[in-house]
Amino acid sequence: MSQADSTLEGHATGLSVGPAFSIPTKKFAMWLFIIADTMTFAACLVAYGFLRNGSTDWPRPFHSITNVAVMTFILLSSSLTMLIGLRAARAGDKAGAFRWTMITAVLGILFMLLHIREWVGLIHEGMTLFKNPWGTGLFGASFFSITGLHLSHVTGGVISLLVVGVRYKGGRYNADDIEVLGLYWHFVDLVWMFVVPLVYLLNLAR
Amino acid sequence: MTTAEASKSGGIGKDLVVYICLLALAGFQFALAFENIDTSQLLVRMLAVAIVEAGLAVMFFMHLGTEKRGFALFVLVFTIFVLLTLQYGWTDSTRMVVGAPFSK
Repeated sequence: MSQADSTLEGHATGLSVGPAFSIPTKKFAMWLFIIADTMTFAACLVAYGFLRNGSTDWPRPFHSITNVAVMTFILLSSSLTMLIGLRAARAGDKAGAFRWTMITAVLGILFMLLHIREWVGLIHEGMTLFKNPWGTGLFGASFFSITGLHLSHVTGGVISLLVVGVRYKGGRYNADDIEVLGLYWHFVDLVWMFVVPLVYLLNLAR
Repeated sequence: MTTAEASKSGGIGKDLVVYICLLALAGFQFALAFENIDTSQLLVRMLAVAIVEAGLAVMFFMHLGTEKRGFALFVLVFTIFVLLTLQYGWTDSTRMVVGAPFSK
């Protein structure tokens, strides 16, 4: 081995670069995804606001907030159960972590069912992507787009919860993976906190 | 998050307190919806509450508060910068309503 090579080997640690911001790569990647997805949802909500502001006949079709309130409660509670699952995983309680992850998935499925039920109700009232009986057809397009995008994220999150939960129980994944998935699930909940006031509460019938 | 970091971030009690705060803030938003105020005022108030909710969720549920400060700044600065730049064209949205002509 040449002197240069041995010098290089001796100082290899000086040349190596640790993970960015000293956090695990998987976690950093998830945060980057969350930042990007935040931009997507923000763009959709700003576009929605633009359409609403520029329309003279924007409808306010929501008479009841019960369904939305229940959905919000379910999603917030699912964030708590996800946290409990993560704490169990970090404490080495594999059975507990699996149980709470599955409870989170069940709450997510419940949210999805309530959301679909709401959509079916609105479609029965005559609301589509292009028209509705109350005002501009842009309302349906923006409502179904934004809530549909969120629903697709919830669906992906539920599938991930089931897959990661089962694989965690089987020993293929560890607590770090539960944490990374938890970040995504909390993000989905966070987006809903903006969708509810802008899309539902501002369009309450007066 | 290791066991030491879990202790640093507080026990399940802290999570429960944040959860109850989030529920309360959501309830406050729903109550605001029934206030007899101008839509723009309603929007501002609801957005303010939503931002507080988001802050609590990001800091405590997503544990950004326990991460290194440099990383937290990285997330916040980029996100907030882009969110602010999205607000550029609001005056244009009222053009149709006000009746201003299209630019040629």
